[in-house]
Amino acid sequence: MRGNLTFDVAHLLAGSLVLVSFMQLYQDRLYALLNIYALHALVLAASVAWQAFVQDAPHLYVTAAIALIFKAIVIPVALHRIIVRLGIHREIETVVGVGPTMLLGMGLVALSMVVMLRVTVQADPLAREDLAFALSVVLLGLLMMVTRRNAVSQVVGFMSLENGLVLAATGAKGMPLVVEISVAFSVLIAFIVIGIFLFRIRERFDTVDVQALDRFRGERR
Amino acid sequence: MTADALTGVLLIPILAAAIFAMLPGYRITARLNVVASLLTFLTAVCLFVVEPRSGAYLLVDDLNKVFVVLTTFVGFTTSVFSASYIDHEIEIGRLTPAFVRFYHAMYQTLMFAMNLALIANNIGLMWVAIEMATLTTVLMVGIYRTHEALEAAWKYFILGSVGIALALFGTILIYMAARPVIGEGLYAMVWTVLITRAAEFDPALLNVAFVFLLLGYGTKVGLAPLHAWLPDAHAEGPTPISAVLSGLLLNVALYALLRFKMLLALNPAAIAPGPLMVTMGLISCVFAAFMLYRRRDIKRMFAYSSIEHMGIIVFAFGMGGALANFAGLLHMTMHSLTKSAIFFAVGHIAQVKGTQKIADMGGLTVTNPVLGWGLVLGVVAIAGLPPLGIFMSEFLVVSSTFARQPWLAAILVLGILVALGGLFLRLNTIAFGEVRGPVQRSDASYVPMFLHFAIVFAAGIYMPPALVLGFENVAKLLG
Repeated sequence: MRGNLTFDVAHLLAGSLVLVSFMQLYQDRLYALLNIYALHALVLAASVAWQAFVQDAPHLYVTAAIALIFKAIVIPVALHRIIVRLGIHREIETVVGVGPTMLLGMGLVALSMVVMLRVTVQADPLAREDLAFALSVVLLGLLMMVTRRNAVSQVVGFMSLENGLVLAATGAKGMPLVVEISVAFSVLIAFIVIGIFLFRIRERFDTVDVQALDRFRGERR
Repeated sequence: MTADALTGVLLIPILAAAIFAMLPGYRITARLNVVASLLTFLTAVCLFVVEPRSGAYLLVDDLNKVFVVLTTFVGFTTSVFSASYIDHEIEIGRLTPAFVRFYHAMYQTLMFAMNLALIANNIGLMWVAIEMATLTTVLMVGIYRTHEALEAAWKYFILGSVGIALALFGTILIYMAARPVIGEGLYAMVWTVLITRAAEFDPALLNVAFVFLLLGYGTKVGLAPLHAWLPDAHAEGPTPISAVLSGLLLNVALYALLRFKMLLALNPAAIAPGPLMVTMGLISCVFAAFMLYRRRDIKRMFAYSSIEHMGIIVFAFGMGGALANFAGLLHMTMHSLTKSAIFFAVGHIAQVKGTQKIADMGGLTVTNPVLGWGLVLGVVAIAGLPPLGIFMSEFLVVSSTFARQPWLAAILVLGILVALGGLFLRLNTIAFGEVRGPVQRSDASYVPMFLHFAIVFAAGIYMPPALVLGFENVAKLLG
């Protein structure tokens, strides 16, 4: 009985993470995107905490706490303030439309299911499904990075990709160094966020700087 | 004494980084940077004298000894070059003392991260170290804070992080494959344990893991479809960093790839990693060779030349076998030494001319004979003309391939020849022809550059038997 519940909850949480990744794909406002990312991190924290409970691995609670405090609260708030302070344009330019992006996303999820479920026949079902979902989240994060031109939304894409990796690492039962790896990733992300602020990367550079146009038309607030 | 040399190559750089972050004077830190790098190099040489024991976290074997010594040696010579380069940058006000302080601290942190990646016995630790090396180089590439430098740093950062992320996924998969055999916990990520039990791992998982690792670490090596960050990062950062990137960091990523290749090669049911590497290597080599013709920026041109040579090296290791591995290893060493020496020359040339545009420099052999002829020597070496070291290694790669796969050898030769043409075409404008651009003396230190050339020259004519034996041992280890 307990085995079933364990599996179902883990499955539900990992599945929700994929779902939230899809929600990120169709956001066209930066603020909304940040909120969805916070939700993404929240689901990850719950998923990691559940794994910590199930595997009886207290050190994973540290990873869950990092996800909750750092990724779900500190980073979104910091990015929010950066957007306000730098006056970054709030709409997100996409390279591909929402429809094709969603279709591509579905294709990627199907791909990761096919690949991961086939090669992990020998692994236990929990780790198996977790890994397949994790790969989906990673691929969706990558998709988001290539379909957005705005620096902030690329960073959000990278962070959700990284959430997928943490999901994979915690799903692999008894994997050493998970906490260290999640700390290393947090440092990386902190660097990026500081980098955006310090270097004032307003827009992705190879496109028309929308803000410059606004200034030119006298629309700058 | 045993553990000392091993911890030494880690402790010296990281302590130096901490000290440099606090010291205010940039002149003294530039000198201390040289001293710290020299100490690290000497410690690394000690690894050959006393073989330290490997633990659960750190490892020394014939393979990584070669890499560590090469890394610390080029790290040392680059620090000498860096001192005179930075002096000039401060003089013309391109860098402020605060940034230089940061730069030196980052330089030593980078050395620490690379050494850690090379001697890590744990695949997770190795990953963390390579991530750290990526981060420090990103910060250094963007140090000039011009629009182009920031764009280059951002591109490098995004592509590098994606590569790193894919590599981590591969690492997790390796753990998943090892867990049923070795059991949960630390030992399922320890390299020396993994290698003894690799034959029992689930081959399907290993296959998928290797694809992720090849794409992930391959991005850091600069293999062709994933190379987009490399030319920008080389062109926009300070030149000492271009030298370290080309000469060392690419090797470190390659080293990680080689470790996993060894793992896969031991499992008879897994895919052979060789053909994948051969294909990517060949594509990189030929693609980069053609790209050389359209380059207008001198550092960008040599960055493409690095992609070409990494392609040849990956190709050689992909072919496998004692002779090809030997050739790959020799080529890697020669390329590191030659390419960093070329960047030493290019750094001073760009400072003399005040630009990196090839069209704005000309007749260097007349105005600055030492620099100009230094560059000519470097290009002759990197293009693979006899009697220099790269000719030796390229000849070995081609001849060992020709005996087994003549068609592949033909494509490789095409790449090498096309690259040779491209390099000489540009060299002709830069070194000879009419004098263009400002004419001024360079008070550079030429010692590191000519030291590298001397080694490359010597290796082309005579290799000491002890060195040959050492390389042969490593080649056997690589399988």
